[in-house]
Amino acid sequence: MKIYVPRDAAARALGADAVADAFAALGHAVIRNGSRGMVWLEPLVEIEENGLRRAYGQVAPGDVAGILSGRVDSLGPVEEMPFFARQTRLTFARCGRIDPLDLADYAAHGGLAGLKRALDLGPEGIVAEVKHSGLRGRGGAGFPTGIKWETVARATADRKYIVCNADEGDSGTFADRMIMEGDPFSVIEGMVIAGLAVGATRGFVYIRSEYPDAIEVMSKAVEIARQNNVLGRVLHSLHEFDIEIRVGAGAYVCGEETALLNSLEGKRGVVRAKPPLPALEGFMGRPTVVNNVISLATIPVIFEKGAGHYASFGLGRSKGTMPIQIAGNVARGGLFETAFGMPLGVLVHEIAGGTASGRPVKAVQVGGPLGAYFAPAKFDTPFAYEEFDGQGGLIGHAGVVVFDDQADMRAMARFAMEFCAVESCGKCTPCRIGAVRGVETIDRIAAGDAGAVPLLVDLCETMKHGSLCALGGFTPYPVMSALAQFPEEFGLAREAAE
Amino acid sequence: MTVTALAPAREMLAEIDAIIADHLRLEGPLLPILHGLQAAFGYIPAAAHAPIAQALNITRAELHGVISFYHDFRDKPAGRHVIKICRAEACQAVGAAALSDAVLAGLGLDWHGTTRDGRVTVEPVYCLGLCACGPAAMVDGALKGRVSPEMLLAELGA
Repeated sequence: MKIYVPRDAAARALGADAVADAFAALGHAVIRNGSRGMVWLEPLVEIEENGLRRAYGQVAPGDVAGILSGRVDSLGPVEEMPFFARQTRLTFARCGRIDPLDLADYAAHGGLAGLKRALDLGPEGIVAEVKHSGLRGRGGAGFPTGIKWETVARATADRKYIVCNADEGDSGTFADRMIMEGDPFSVIEGMVIAGLAVGATRGFVYIRSEYPDAIEVMSKAVEIARQNNVLGRVLHSLHEFDIEIRVGAGAYVCGEETALLNSLEGKRGVVRAKPPLPALEGFMGRPTVVNNVISLATIPVIFEKGAGHYASFGLGRSKGTMPIQIAGNVARGGLFETAFGMPLGVLVHEIAGGTASGRPVKAVQVGGPLGAYFAPAKFDTPFAYEEFDGQGGLIGHAGVVVFDDQADMRAMARFAMEFCAVESCGKCTPCRIGAVRGVETIDRIAAGDAGAVPLLVDLCETMKHGSLCALGGFTPYPVMSALAQFPEEFGLAREAAE
Repeated sequence: MTVTALAPAREMLAEIDAIIADHLRLEGPLLPILHGLQAAFGYIPAAAHAPIAQALNITRAELHGVISFYHDFRDKPAGRHVIKICRAEACQAVGAAALSDAVLAGLGLDWHGTTRDGRVTVEPVYCLGLCACGPAAMVDGALKGRVSPEMLLAELGA
């Protein structure tokens, strides 16, 4: 019998440590796995017997003796639970299944197979494979990963770098955190392959300080990878690669790649103008690949199963799968990895079961604090890059935050501006000052001055076009989408804004 | 006020120098140094400014710019307990505003405030990655999901 109690931060925040201690107190060894992503059931304990893993949900320490004696009912085999069974897990295939810090367990579940193949393919073969997979940046911008790697590979410099952007600050997103805590070697393997592709020997993982568990697991994983020649001399080949873990300091804007590079260099996290692209002049002015955690963690499976296999999933130019995070006021919140193309409404209602409060869904915000609100009228939109863009939104890092009918959309619009004002790096005037004026203007509207609405619209246009990065440029998305779909909350007649 | 009262203890200066020296081999060592200092002292002591500026060959103005840019770095000690309450959208969808209102009122504080007895500081945080089990908070570095005001105040023995 094997016992699994997640060491994922969400499971721990809901009492998993006490549950693990209760098993230990009764003399049982416990494996601290990653989360299966069914966060509403955490702490979700699994008992493995005869190769079958049965799940027990929302376990408290007092349930432990009953689970062991069979008095507590199981939810059934964990991988047959509907929320799990409907997924296509490529990036997250191992998350929850393995001991995150057991490299042999990682290799037994397909880990390192991709790296071995990449070593045989060589730099040009690796870049071609990534391009063929259709993988696009999972951090939000959706830029083709293979083209970014090709740019860095072709640059000449004495040193190049791989930077993993683990500054996952968007509300409603936790995929980066989950994979770092549940399958850290996949991120490391992806970075090593990136290093082979572009000729970089050094990588950084920049993790936000709000993620203490991810920092701890990634740091241990890097140490284990070094001891086992995944890092250092890569699988005993002639290639060298090493990784250093760096910790952010609470600035949301450092999730923007150029601000992140400045922060890594020890500067204020101020956004840089592009060009020069980080691919040509990145960390310390050297060619640098900056990729999101999920982009990098997806690389191993692309090489393990082949780019064609990966690209066979998805919709249009959105190839492969996306780990969608469903959060907020939701009955079944968690991480759901699926091929691009599932309609938003299916995710919200069928998969996630609507709101936790049982009240009607009023809107969902997709893509973090800079993402648009989608009212149910737009729930037919397939979850994919171009399709969301066509509806005036963005999928971003694929967080979906559900709100019930008690949400105050004007207050949410105000919060978007307030957040932008708090987190603006200060470089661009429309963002630095516009966000403050945005709060004031929405307060005027709240006080009954509907005439301030055109001013707000104009301000949003200025921020959108006059800001260097997505913070100032995309804060108008939540504001304008709230205004367009809920005009009456801004003191307008419904048809006036449409 | 005498000069000796203002002078930082020799032990403190030695520890500051040791923390700086520990990180100098890194590329871009400033943030790791600042994290190291804050881990050791609970804040970035002003006494560290001159040695850092000298070791990294940057001006004290540049250093001030960096320290003041990041929400994490403090220039004075926080309360003995630090509560960070998530204000981001996913937690707002499940009552984060009511949670923070109740905790702040219960302690008689505003955001970033510290109780007069120095026991607790309350700060906002924008996302702890616990978006599917909010409202979320961090108490002395430990994450908490599905938090109520009573739970948070009980953590402090309040």
